[in-house]
Amino acid sequence: MTAGYPHRHLLGIEPLEPSHIQAVLDTAEALREVLDRPIKKVPALRGKTVVNLFYEPSTRTRASFEIAEKVLSADSLSIATSTSSVLKGETLLDTARNLEAMNPDMIVLRHSASGAPHFLARHCRSAIVNAGDGAHEHPTQALLDALTLRQKKGRLDGLRVAIVGDLMHSRVARSNVWLLTKMGASVVLCAPPTLVPPGIEALAPVTYRIDEAVEGADAIMMLRLQQERMTGGYFPTLREYHARFGLTEERVRRARKDVLILHPGPMNRGVEIASEVADGPWSVILDQVTNGVAVRMAVLYLLLGGTEAD
Amino acid sequence: MPPTYRERQELMDADRLSRTLARMAHEILERHPDIRGTVLVGVRTRGVPLARRLAARLREAGGVEPPVGALDITLYRDDLTTVGPQPVLKGTDIPTSIDGRTVVLVDDVLFTGRTVRAALDELIDFGRPSRIELAVLVDRGHRELPIHADYAGKTLTTTRDETVQVLLEEDDGQDRVVLLERVAPPVRRAGPRARPKEARAAAGRRRR
Repeated sequence: MTAGYPHRHLLGIEPLEPSHIQAVLDTAEALREVLDRPIKKVPALRGKTVVNLFYEPSTRTRASFEIAEKVLSADSLSIATSTSSVLKGETLLDTARNLEAMNPDMIVLRHSASGAPHFLARHCRSAIVNAGDGAHEHPTQALLDALTLRQKKGRLDGLRVAIVGDLMHSRVARSNVWLLTKMGASVVLCAPPTLVPPGIEALAPVTYRIDEAVEGADAIMMLRLQQERMTGGYFPTLREYHARFGLTEERVRRARKDVLILHPGPMNRGVEIASEVADGPWSVILDQVTNGVAVRMAVLYLLLGGTEAD
Repeated sequence: MPPTYRERQELMDADRLSRTLARMAHEILERHPDIRGTVLVGVRTRGVPLARRLAARLREAGGVEPPVGALDITLYRDDLTTVGPQPVLKGTDIPTSIDGRTVVLVDDVLFTGRTVRAALDELIDFGRPSRIELAVLVDRGHRELPIHADYAGKTLTTTRDETVQVLLEEDDGQDRVVLLERVAPPVRRAGPRARPKEARAAAGRRRR
């Protein structure tokens, strides 16, 4: 049996083989137990330095990377660009090169530009982990969603998953579509026509009717309406959006009885998801958060734990 | 070119292995007549089935079966960042509190002692046992740390070019312990840890 993650970086789900995804999920599963120990710390990555470089706001992702780094004994520092020299006009590459001069082993990057981590990977020595790049990919989110589904359903293969909401601005949706289809699940996408990016129907079928999307679903992934990225009028009002595309209890009942509701957070309660659904028995939203730490530990371990990754 | 190994000598057949475990169980029982305060913890991979078998023997001999845990010491290895491709994690499972109890650590082969060092560090992160002892099926010498076995099924002198492979029904489909010797000298001077995965798999986990 091989460890099975042969890459130096984690830039996206799209270039990964199913076996690589499997390796990350299996490693995360083995590492989860560490979080339940009386002493939640193992010496695995002692002496490794990780820089968390966040060009966009984040609570969950950053906290979860930081906890994962601490649990594995890596030294980490987090840079939020809102309080850094980036405000003085330093370019991404200059910032990264200066950080690299301090010899980190890994840079975890969140950036508003699609492809920013790929750019760093070409110019930096460190291992690069994509923590969300523009509307492109958010690979660790897709991995933690998959880990949650696999834990609850015992498999990914053959699951029917509906992804509903702001597809246009969602890197989570893209990473999830790639991951789930690679692992044999069938995906249905649903959004208002104005929030369907061109070309996405090549990845998975699209419907404009949420009732149709959730019919018989094993899992429903809700996407946040990313109002901070919206420049035009994509829909009349939030109330109208909720009425047409919000996940309500009534709509959940169209799915399978044992349906799982996922949301990457932060939630707009009463917009894309009704409160009683977010807090209801189908919701695995908080399991997702716990699994987020395990998945990030797995990524750190797989990228920094060995020597022969190319 | 990974070095290849050939069998040099059979150290134990199934029958001998079974009798050895029975003897080890009796030695454990002799030192700990009240086995209830004892936990057996196997070091993955082959320490775990050995610990289970010892627990079953202890029940036969003493009436009580001690709890059995499994330790994956990968995250505590001193060579984790130089070991080659990331070792596959199998996870640790300690089913009961070890505070104030006697822990008998079980592994198949005792060699450099580095695995045991890692296992001790990991165990202590789970609590404060009153005592930790070490039981191994084979002690082949070459210690690099001040560690010794409290219970050894067999002690033998080996060279660095040899390796001891323990095969168990649970993992390998047969019960057998063999001494292997290296056939071709390695191209580069490689420590045991620099060897690729396949060779390590072929040689069992012995040269960790």
